[in-house]
Amino acid sequence: MAELNVSVVSADREVWAGTASSVVARTTEGEIGFLPGHEPVLAILGAGQVRITLPSGEKLVANAEDGFVSVEHDTVTVVARAASLV
Amino acid sequence: MGAQLRVYRQKIRSAQTTKKITRAMELIAASRIQKAQQRVAATAPYTRAVTRAVSAVATFSNVDHVLTTEPEKVERAAVLILASDRGLAGAFNANVLKEADQLAELLREQGKDVVFYLVGRRAQGYFAFRRRAFEQVWTGDTDSPSFETAKEIADTVVDRFRQPASEGGVDEIHVVFNRFVNMISQVPEVVRLLPLEVVEGVEAPEQSELLPLYEFEPDAESVLDALLPVYIESRIFNTLLQSAASKHAATQRAMKSASDNADKLIRDYTRLANNARQAEITQQISEIVGGADALVSAK
Repeated sequence: MAELNVSVVSADREVWAGTASSVVARTTEGEIGFLPGHEPVLAILGAGQVRITLPSGEKLVANAEDGFVSVEHDTVTVVARAASLV
Repeated sequence: MGAQLRVYRQKIRSAQTTKKITRAMELIAASRIQKAQQRVAATAPYTRAVTRAVSAVATFSNVDHVLTTEPEKVERAAVLILASDRGLAGAFNANVLKEADQLAELLREQGKDVVFYLVGRRAQGYFAFRRRAFEQVWTGDTDSPSFETAKEIADTVVDRFRQPASEGGVDEIHVVFNRFVNMISQVPEVVRLLPLEVVEGVEAPEQSELLPLYEFEPDAESVLDALLPVYIESRIFNTLLQSAASKHAATQRAMKSASDNADKLIRDYTRLANNARQAEITQQISEIVGGADALVSAK
């Protein structure tokens, strides 16, 4: 099955990068989930967490405030001024 | 000891202590360049992501946004000058200030008012000494700039940009800073931040690679609204970090040549001191010989 390449970057460093099977983020409009093959999206992040499900089934949670998420060609980039893994 | 010899010895000692200081500063600067360069590199993913996103929105949507449209008439331009808090960095500050002066000259020729925003005590001092007006100055954070400073500067200039020109707003924002090319070369450079010229990104996307057609959430305009300040912030942060790295490199070079000069001074004065000592000894011998001769002939 296809996988997503995910990277979480904050202003001063790359917080996390790796592959995942799905990503759920909270935008200003509500929660949005990405699976492989999703259409390209640019969305503004609302306050809240980004949940990343790894191919192994493990779940990663990152705090990302004040940023945006972009999706294209199975690459998800979560960009935030301040981002950290929980 | 003769007076001359003592003067030379004093000069040698003074050059030696100065050399110790400059050598230490050179080493400190060298270790800080490493760190500053790492910080520049660490912000690259963020800058790249933001630049890419901004170019995507700007190219693939027809929104007219204040931050991207060229104003018909530019009345006032803001110039942000990134200097350093401390000197002892060779021509680092002089270069950037000279570049800024030339830019201001050019803008004035085009009939624009120029307002200055400064970073670094050196720039502040330069302006204060010449009794020239500036809008705002940020100091104390040039050696290892924090993102908060960049955000503060970005907020200030973007706010000013959003004001209409009739209320004192600016229509253009330029940044003058020293670009870090490599350890021995730092070039003063002018970048126009606003209105946006997204084209010159950190890395231009490859020709073959087309930017995908994005879906915007909630809509293109609000995405652009949210993105552009972030983009400006990241650009300013990047220039601040580059300026810091350049400053450390310039300091290292200046201190290296100061240490070398001290070495040369020490060598020259040591020779002079040896000369003086030898002359003194020769004089003493000839005095003794002369005295002995006088005693012999007096018998």
